Amino acid sequence: MSERIIQCEDGTVKMRTCAWSPPGDHPVGCGMYLTIKDGKVVKVEGDPEHPITGGRLCVRCLTLPEYMYNENRILHPMKRDPKDRGKDTWEVITWDQAADEIIAKWEDIISVYGREALLSFQGTGREATLYHSSLTFTVFGSPNTVFPMSGDSCYGPRCSVADFLLGAGYPEIDYGQFLRGHYDDPEYVVPNYIILWGKDPLFSNPDGFFGHSIIDLHKRGAKFITVDPRITWTACRAEYTLQLRPGTDAALGIGMLQVIINEDLYDHDFVENWCFGFEELKGRVNEYTLEQIEEITTVPKEDIIAAARAYATNKPSSILWGLAVDTNSNGTQVGHVIMSLIAITGNFDIPGGNTLSVPASFMGKWRYECVKEVEPEVRAKMIGLEKYPGFQAAHACAHPDMILDTLETGEPYPLKMAWFFGSNMLANTSVAQPKRWYEALRKLDLIVGQDIFMTPTAMALFDYFLPVATFAEHDGVVLPHFGRNTHMVSAMNKCVEVGDCKSDLEICFFFGKRVNPKLWPWESIADFFTEQMYPALKITFEDLQEEAWHYNPFEYKKYEKGLLRPDGDVGFNTPTGLIELCSSLYEDWGEDPLPYFKENALTHYSRPELAEEYPIILTTGSRETTSFHSEHRQIPSLRKIMPWPLVQIHPETAAKYGIADGDWVLIENPLGKAIEKAQVIEIVKPGVIHAQHGWWYPEQEGEEPNLFGVWKTSINSMIPHFAIGKLGFGAPYKNLICKISKVDGLDALGTLGPETELGAIGSDPSSRVAGKEA
Amino acid sequence: MSNEAMVIDYKYCTGCHACEISCQNEKGLKDGEWGMKLTEHGPKKLNGKWFWDYVPVPSKICDLCVDRRAEGKVAPCTLHCLAQCMQIVAIEDLPAILADMGEEVAVFIP
Repeated sequence: MSERIIQCEDGTVKMRTCAWSPPGDHPVGCGMYLTIKDGKVVKVEGDPEHPITGGRLCVRCLTLPEYMYNENRILHPMKRDPKDRGKDTWEVITWDQAADEIIAKWEDIISVYGREALLSFQGTGREATLYHSSLTFTVFGSPNTVFPMSGDSCYGPRCSVADFLLGAGYPEIDYGQFLRGHYDDPEYVVPNYIILWGKDPLFSNPDGFFGHSIIDLHKRGAKFITVDPRITWTACRAEYTLQLRPGTDAALGIGMLQVIINEDLYDHDFVENWCFGFEELKGRVNEYTLEQIEEITTVPKEDIIAAARAYATNKPSSILWGLAVDTNSNGTQVGHVIMSLIAITGNFDIPGGNTLSVPASFMGKWRYECVKEVEPEVRAKMIGLEKYPGFQAAHACAHPDMILDTLETGEPYPLKMAWFFGSNMLANTSVAQPKRWYEALRKLDLIVGQDIFMTPTAMALFDYFLPVATFAEHDGVVLPHFGRNTHMVSAMNKCVEVGDCKSDLEICFFFGKRVNPKLWPWESIADFFTEQMYPALKITFEDLQEEAWHYNPFEYKKYEKGLLRPDGDVGFNTPTGLIELCSSLYEDWGEDPLPYFKENALTHYSRPELAEEYPIILTTGSRETTSFHSEHRQIPSLRKIMPWPLVQIHPETAAKYGIADGDWVLIENPLGKAIEKAQVIEIVKPGVIHAQHGWWYPEQEGEEPNLFGVWKTSINSMIPHFAIGKLGFGAPYKNLICKISKVDGLDALGTLGPETELGAIGSDPSSRVAGKEA
Repeated sequence: MSNEAMVIDYKYCTGCHACEISCQNEKGLKDGEWGMKLTEHGPKKLNGKWFWDYVPVPSKICDLCVDRRAEGKVAPCTLHCLAQCMQIVAIEDLPAILADMGEEVAVFIP
């Protein structure tokens, strides 16, 4: 085991920590040593002893000092007159002044409009995702906590599908993460095939999975099957590449299920003993022909058959399911077919398959206790409670699309205060139609935000800016998979202080202790974590700091051992006690109990009348190693590697529109516009483009109307609002239509601000392309 | 000439840039200077198969971190490499090492 603190001969000190955020990433807990000299972090080095990462670090951690000591970092609380939103008229204040003023203002709002008028937004992936709800429930006393991405299209849908069909937490591939011996543990078996389904994990460490684990497994013999509209680096090394039309994943999965069932390649023993609704599923998948599925997906049926056979006949094999499951209004069904594939091949909870987990009580229990603190009549007003009971059954938060409608209309009641927990939503990280959100949020009486840098969202909207500490500057814990399938808990150790910053949790403490000290009784962050983790793990936070990482207990085949149900019975924690291939819950929530394919709202098939003008298929959102969504754009070393937003265009398509590699390209559809730089490349099919998300330009003018150039590359302005699935999940972030043309530069059309485009579609009657069912 | 070589099993190199940045950190290099530089070949379909390779190439600055390694530490590029596809070996051991590694391997003697 590595040492926590090493005194070096040159007078520097090396301190061990495991990273979460900020800078943002999903909770992997990569192990590292920070070298401290004169109170500053001067170097970052990987910890070779870390069981998952083994010393490896990506460029985002390797450039941490550039982030921590960046000249543009906000180091003190600041305020601005709400009349000056969009102007750089910030005034530095103390934390006490900020708290006194903010609390006085929200008390005024509560006295007139009620507690439900207070709203909190989380960003994606940062630690605040675990804490912001509790602050909202216990301090604002409001039920309206929300992740503002349309259809909650990140991770929540997959977790919910797993919850509904398996009664378990997020199923992650087994990469030996639970085993002390990791890949060499005697219990472990390397999967024969890994299907990378709508996920290119190398640079995003998605959901807490350490992406390069798939390289470790590939070296040990695992082969790849990719389901992706692009030929990724991994796809170049795959046995089968299913290069589908974006958004048609459910049809592809139905085809694979049909092959496995009709060719009798499924695990009869597992299906008979542990699955409910097999005959119904068999009937449904046979309502489609493979020829139809080939036509829908554009994947040759021979490839679908071959990949299905390879997966089903090479046990153990696993499926890594990605964000493309969530960013799809048909995504509930995509999740359903993927869970069904794993189930009927008997690959759940076996070595080298997909692990199952009971969601950890640690942290989740606290949040659940906190929601009970909201007064019942106020809790009943949570936006979306009645309309989306399935959504609400899966997680206690307000519905994002309905929140935008509420902000715009004031119905069923006005929202008056918003608190941003590290969400740069205007910069194409989360929300669809960011210009509508911008206009709607500007009407609020009070906006508070906590972040690191002056983002476009902060410049446009905040009245109070609260500066957040990086992971090097605070104590905390890392929970891979946010507690939904957590192999180990790791300690983040405070190494230095920078400015007047507080961690996301320290900010919650600061306001919690002032407003509701009874529910925020802990003396310190350490006491808080000890109280949360001791019942489950029998260790204190200080123990964890010394230990560095602590494994959760784990056994394979938990369903045979009574480890998945609270009553201790064998089986699964679902209404039938079995994996539900045919859901016994969905019909009550207005959804088909079996999987089906449905076109998304804005494709050449759902809107054929738009096909001629918008002949290109647009997919978005893939990751680069140089940024976490909209973060890191101001880090010199990283911006040098990825200086501009890239749109990938096939050479044939580029030639057709007179576009050369490096040209600036206007991408537009009926809802919005964005300008990116052409990367002419064969990894997308002709007629399909992929555009990067999360771009803004910290080097440009920050004040309105430019807002760091955020509207110029507003790729999310092309994504429809409220074009989601029946359960309330999934929006078309990755499957749209557009047209492209060459322009002179990023500034060719000015700021492209909200006055130029205000898109709407689907159920919204003001839509210019409305008139059909979304 | 060095009696050691940098062996890169580039069939696994994902182009993560960790070698470039960690080398710049270690050597305190100025903007625009590098000890390792990533090169990219592809993506392209050649003879019916997809081809997309990255190969990091050491510059004259690279001294295989002899001083650091003499202290018992590993070179930062090999430590941080996300695909763990770089190693520094004695030249006399090369034949045996290369025999085990299969195709798509580069050897640099900087």
